[in-house]
Amino acid sequence: MADLEELYREIILDHYRNPRNRGELEPPATRTEGFNPLCGDEIVLSLLVESDRIVDVKIAGSGCSISQSSGSLMSAAIKGKTVEEARALIGTFKQMLSLGDNDEVSGDAEPAPINLRSLGELAALQGVAKFPVRIKCATLSWNTLAQGLEEQQSA
Amino acid sequence: MTDLDVSALREDFPILKLTPRGVRMVYLDSGASALPPHAVVTAMSTYQETTHANVHRGVYATAERATHLYEQARIDVGTFLHAAHPADEIVFTKNCTEAFNVLAGSWGAKNLGEGDVVVLSEMEHHANIVPWQQLQARNGFTIKFLGITDELTLDLSNLDELLIGAKLISVTATSNVLGTMNPIKELARRAHAAGALIAVDGAQAVPHERVDVVDLDIDFLAFSPHKVYGPTGIGVLYAKREHLADMPPFLGGGGMIKDVRLDGFLPADGPQRFEAGTPPIAEAVGLSAALAYVSGLGLEAISTHHRRLTSYALQALEREFSGQVVVQGPVDSPERAGVLSLTVADIHAHDIAQVLDTFGVCVRPGHHCAKPLMRRLGVNATARASFGIYNDVDDIDTLVEALHATIKMFA
Repeated sequence: MADLEELYREIILDHYRNPRNRGELEPPATRTEGFNPLCGDEIVLSLLVESDRIVDVKIAGSGCSISQSSGSLMSAAIKGKTVEEARALIGTFKQMLSLGDNDEVSGDAEPAPINLRSLGELAALQGVAKFPVRIKCATLSWNTLAQGLEEQQSA
Repeated sequence: MTDLDVSALREDFPILKLTPRGVRMVYLDSGASALPPHAVVTAMSTYQETTHANVHRGVYATAERATHLYEQARIDVGTFLHAAHPADEIVFTKNCTEAFNVLAGSWGAKNLGEGDVVVLSEMEHHANIVPWQQLQARNGFTIKFLGITDELTLDLSNLDELLIGAKLISVTATSNVLGTMNPIKELARRAHAAGALIAVDGAQAVPHERVDVVDLDIDFLAFSPHKVYGPTGIGVLYAKREHLADMPPFLGGGGMIKDVRLDGFLPADGPQRFEAGTPPIAEAVGLSAALAYVSGLGLEAISTHHRRLTSYALQALEREFSGQVVVQGPVDSPERAGVLSLTVADIHAHDIAQVLDTFGVCVRPGHHCAKPLMRRLGVNATARASFGIYNDVDDIDTLVEALHATIKMFA
């Protein structure tokens, strides 16, 4: 049960029960959908980027406490950040879950030592690393964010 | 008929003695894959250690013996399904999904075109949807879907209408999500009356009920050996001999030909025409052993056992949770299998399954490869408990205890 309590930290349950930035934004905000085909989790990410800064973000969709709380925590963390800062956060978050940088995230080949403090409340999702099957739940919104930022750039 | 002696037969499944979470393992995921008994494992390892050779090739004694075992497995499967011609009507594939791909890619590609209709149902596994959609993109026929009633059974009210112009109806005998058992015999009668053939997904039915393809009068049946206590890596497609004779090969290569020249090939006759490349030989041997094991217990005894467990579980869930835990499927019909898809308001199936795991309870969370059905039910996932021959009421009591803990955690 100890691992389970670490997985379902109070912050996670709180964000699951009371998700932040819930909903969708109208255009010109962009809309990106993410799916976890294994379990059916769905994330709809609305991003409003002005002058390389994420001025507004909304999250919709449905799924487990890990995928939904991760989306909620992410939305709170990236609102007001620059695109570059958000990209860096994606990298740090994945690093926390022991995932290397992937193609979606530009970065150095040598990962910097992880700075958990820079993650703030997001560090609550650290316990997910012990449950390999659930890592995809935790990263769904982040992969959707990476895709959304990519689309911004190419638009 | 004698009842299953569950505590005795549990001895045949060494994995049940393991405690990966430090507690008794409660395996409620036989709908995804049933555990193989010791007899299956032994049959496969004995084959590997004493009889291994490629089949239909060598003339030495071991090769002859391997070929015999492989072809005997075909007959054993045909006999198990009560096929009229056991040696000629069973095709081995890699899995149940591939069996549907062979059916669509061979019979379907030849027989379905513009203006034709295939009838499926909204409760199908993706294996019985996607191959038809893929073929539809190439051959341009129409796919129609039988709906589902509020009682979560097949809605047959417009069946005759849907069957107009249909060449095939392909439906599951038992829903892998709802546990609903469909009236296959009636569907076969009405399909044939309308001039259509009928294919049946037997993945969930074959492990639970006696399936007699002649009595049901069905044209095709696919099932999944690892759900019948056999190994993974092998699937089964049953096709009536007259249909098989008329079906072109699907996969090409070694083993499926009579002759190959530089300007073309002649396909082999019979089931071999559909078995390109070295087939799953050890798996076929394991499947034979599994069917012998199941037959030894008796399908009637197995059905009765599953029905008792299901009824006990439905009563316990109603008594303990009075509606807070919803069973997505028929709740007071005898025509239902030991598959209980559970949802709890505000708790996602993944979270349920995660907490259950700490109690040693193995269930399957997710959409169960039936996304159209999930949309119809208005849920994005369920936590599915499915029963096997080795389950007992203690397993269900543990499930109930673990569900209480789950609800407490997320309250």
